[in-house]
Amino acid sequence: MSATLTDLGIALGRVGFVMLFVLNMGGLLTWVERKQSAVMQDRIGANRASIFGLRLFGLFHPLADALKMLTKEDFVPARADRALFNLAPLVSVVFALVAFAAIPFGDVLRIGGREIPLQAVTLNAGILYVFAMLSLGVYGVMMAGWASANNYALLGGQRAAALMISAEVAIGASIMGVAMVYGSLDMMEIVRGQGGPLLQQYFGDWIPKWGVLTQPLAFILFLTAGIASTKRIPFDFPEGESEIIGYFVEYSGMKFGMFMMADFVETVVIAGMTTALFLGGWQVPYLMADGLHFPWGVAVPLGHVTVVVLQVLAFCLKVAVMCWFLMLIRWTLPRFRYDQAMRLGWLGLFPLSILNVAITGLVLLAGRTP
Amino acid sequence: MKLRQRFYLVEVLVGLGVTAAHFFANLGRHTARHVFRSKTARGAVTFQYPEERRPYSPRLRSLHRLVRREDGSPRCVACMMCETVCPAHCIYIVAAEHPNPEIEKVPERFDIDLGKCVFCGYCVEACPEDAIRMDTGILEFSSYSRQGMIYTKEMLLALEPAGPAGTPRSLIPIPADRTLER
Repeated sequence: MSATLTDLGIALGRVGFVMLFVLNMGGLLTWVERKQSAVMQDRIGANRASIFGLRLFGLFHPLADALKMLTKEDFVPARADRALFNLAPLVSVVFALVAFAAIPFGDVLRIGGREIPLQAVTLNAGILYVFAMLSLGVYGVMMAGWASANNYALLGGQRAAALMISAEVAIGASIMGVAMVYGSLDMMEIVRGQGGPLLQQYFGDWIPKWGVLTQPLAFILFLTAGIASTKRIPFDFPEGESEIIGYFVEYSGMKFGMFMMADFVETVVIAGMTTALFLGGWQVPYLMADGLHFPWGVAVPLGHVTVVVLQVLAFCLKVAVMCWFLMLIRWTLPRFRYDQAMRLGWLGLFPLSILNVAITGLVLLAGRTP
Repeated sequence: MKLRQRFYLVEVLVGLGVTAAHFFANLGRHTARHVFRSKTARGAVTFQYPEERRPYSPRLRSLHRLVRREDGSPRCVACMMCETVCPAHCIYIVAAEHPNPEIEKVPERFDIDLGKCVFCGYCVEACPEDAIRMDTGILEFSSYSRQGMIYTKEMLLALEPAGPAGTPRSLIPIPADRTLER
């Protein structure tokens, strides 16, 4: 009885950690977006929201935003399809939130004779799951575009669908190369595979076998397509704020907030996926299960819990850095035109990712010891 | 386009380098300011407006004021020059006899409708007595009603010229239809 309760507690803890991590990162990203863009553009950024005169560099602004959106009028257009209209933001945000579940944030934790994989859900086809959830997110956007009974919203929804299809193909094909190199669709296995040394016969133990080094082309392709699937600048033409306002033109209050939130959460998911697939996930360079083994011969023995904590911290740090990088891209590049993005997706990313799969296959075949 | 530009990725990296350089340079300056209490480091060009004001140019045309004589009465002699030259027809003067026979007239009413005023400064140019000036440094006047934008003789007479760097020295007058809520 107590064993099942403990199991339940552990499962809830795993899910809770991931949920809190993603939600907090998503909320924090609204602050990061304001402050980072301000610092990049020689400005100060939002800093006026205060609690008892305490400003904390504008950290209360996400809170103020949420309060504002919750208290605003919840408007439904007269000719809108009410059920779909109300369902759309939910679909959008839920699939973005659950996508993170298969991304591991640490290795197996051994406590009291138990083995706890630090991952919300252990799936042997984790990559496909994340990929599927990301693509399902677009249904919310299309629903919103259709149910609003507004031509601009419909245009936005169509554009979102077209963008998503062209980006998803490239994401799927570029992930294929990674799965081939590490020989698994389980994200935990892929991250574990990135711990070993790269080309040991040439470089010794110096360079870890991270995905960005074994699959550099796939990294660029995945990042580009991933940014496209978050629907943010430079691929924000579903929104197109200077021309069509986009699929959420008829939404107000917290429903609009949920669409905003979904964009930020998708950014976190893309950052998490990039970390897990290309930046070694929770791997810390030279950190083995029993401590640090530097290639110049120094070894620092560490306890199991310390190692796991270091790994989780490394994962969080990598995701944060990736989020920063995605923000940097969002505040630097101008927007692609609709046809430019389509051309990039179908004539650039897609053939290149297929080429990447072919080259990876050839290299793997050539390198296989008979 | 050159091949390098058509390839796009190199140019993207160059652009990201520019913005990232700004980011880290400004982050360093903000850190120096907030953590190490540096007085000179400035990570932003922003002025925190209501608390921190930019110095105004001495030529700035701000809220009008009526210049006073030594006894406190207006220097204005109600010659109607400003009312005539005003392109927005926002000045309304009613003249009256001045008790001193050496002074021709005095305005009994001198209203400026700031809702119509275009701040061209022609009234200041036209005045033969140097009785109206636009040097109060006050820019923040607003009202919920049109009536509240009409400033009377008494309000305009009470204003002082701006201090150095254009800092206003008198408070924004409260129109008759509005009470000071605070």
